Amino acid sequence: MATLDLKGVTKSFGRNTVCSGIDLTVGDGEMVCLIGASGSGKSTLLRCMNLLEPIDDGVILLDGVDISVPGLDPQPVRQRIGIVFQSFNLFPHMTAVENAMLAPRRVHKLTREALLPEITHLFERFGLADRMDHYPDQLSGGQQQRVAIVRALAMKPEIMLFDEITSALDPELVGEVLDVLRHLRRAGMTMVLATHEMGFARELADKVCFLDKGVILEEGPPEKLFTDPKEDRTRAFLARVL
Amino acid sequence: MTQTEIDSPDAKRPGLTRRQIYEAQVRRRSMAIAAGSTAAVLLALVVLIPLAPGWEGVKKSFFNADVFARTFPGLLEAFLLDVAIFAWSAPLIFLLGLCIALCRDARSPALYPLRLFGTLYTDIFRGVPVILVIYLIGFGIPGLGLPRPWNSPYIWGTVALVLTYAAYVAEVLRSGIESIHHSQRAAAASLGLGHSDTMRFVILPQAIRRVVPANMNLFVALQKDVALLSFIGPVEIFRQAGVYKSLLANFTPYVGAALIFLAVTVPATRYADYLMNKQARARS
Repeated sequence: MATLDLKGVTKSFGRNTVCSGIDLTVGDGEMVCLIGASGSGKSTLLRCMNLLEPIDDGVILLDGVDISVPGLDPQPVRQRIGIVFQSFNLFPHMTAVENAMLAPRRVHKLTREALLPEITHLFERFGLADRMDHYPDQLSGGQQQRVAIVRALAMKPEIMLFDEITSALDPELVGEVLDVLRHLRRAGMTMVLATHEMGFARELADKVCFLDKGVILEEGPPEKLFTDPKEDRTRAFLARVL
Repeated sequence: MTQTEIDSPDAKRPGLTRRQIYEAQVRRRSMAIAAGSTAAVLLALVVLIPLAPGWEGVKKSFFNADVFARTFPGLLEAFLLDVAIFAWSAPLIFLLGLCIALCRDARSPALYPLRLFGTLYTDIFRGVPVILVIYLIGFGIPGLGLPRPWNSPYIWGTVALVLTYAAYVAEVLRSGIESIHHSQRAAAASLGLGHSDTMRFVILPQAIRRVVPANMNLFVALQKDVALLSFIGPVEIFRQAGVYKSLLANFTPYVGAALIFLAVTVPATRYADYLMNKQARARS
């Protein structure tokens, strides 16, 4: 069980307000897609959700508990909410399997031997069984991104955040990463995605939110938002990207 | 014109493109010019230097084969002491340098004194000549009347070298730490890793590798500066050469000592350059 509730979340960098008063509810097992032009605040919103960025105002509730209290230790929260970045951010000096094992070893104090069966299973599930001992620079972009997803899953998070994880990939590698997401979706993982993959959002999302200038301008089920948007700016954006 | 004619106008070398033939010509020409100019400079040196009025005297007192042969084995033996001092100083320098670098990277307010200490430390020890530190510590601390063996110049000379070089190593390491992209810290934080784990397992292993060539250069410099300890007592190679000089009234032992240093520092420097080039290539 994991739900995420955002109420009036506001975040500025200096004078630049990136999120202004965002309300969003992510139900257990739901998949929510954030769409919008670059600079609309999607990435920042995701980074706020697992406390990589402290928010200026508003509250974030994880299972009804306020996790945005200033001064709260962010580590336990981050262990429950995993994030995958656009640029993979794998640790280049470690093999794929070491990347995945580092946090469980250090945070949960588990041994390599105890972790290996489970982690091997994750690698196998995502078609990476023969890549476990490769270093990141020996892997393709798509493989690196899948390893990054395995690394986040190894911490057994209750919610996963995906920050435009296919944007840095060559087009022919996008599919293999989206397959991983489909897999997670079927397994009932609660997920929030910032994405430019409109087809994918349309296919799988429970809810799509269109962000514009730091606010959720419009939200709704994908069939509604993609076919019958209410706002002019949503319509203009969709006309550009579809 | 047919394709064949464009690609290989040089009928004797089929299979080469115009570009390859042109580049081979340029390469041959540059090599010839480089060889010619080097030969000219060497010739000038060989011809001109012996024409200097004091050449005969210099030859006798600096390049005396007989003295060289008699003193070289003794110099080599004395050099072992330099190697030993280097060998026990280098790890201590690395460890202290790492501690200072971590002090300077401390972020929490409770650790501010450490950060201040790190900054002052590097400012002071990079700002004072090594020889001064060696004098002050090497003569000053045994002057406190410490009992044997705690008044040994080996100990305090080593301390002086360690204190000085750790400041440089700390700065090199800190630059390495800062060169690691902040997204690595973000990735570690997002997995729930704490500050010290992030530093130990994510940042430092990458940072230390990245600054290996820069640290190699520092350690080449250290190998030479070990000779400065001769000023406070230890009879290492420089001191030994001085002894021979007084004994034989000839400067050749100094030339011998210089050659011994070069035999170690030149390969080490080349190796550092090689590592640096390799790194530059890997990054581009």
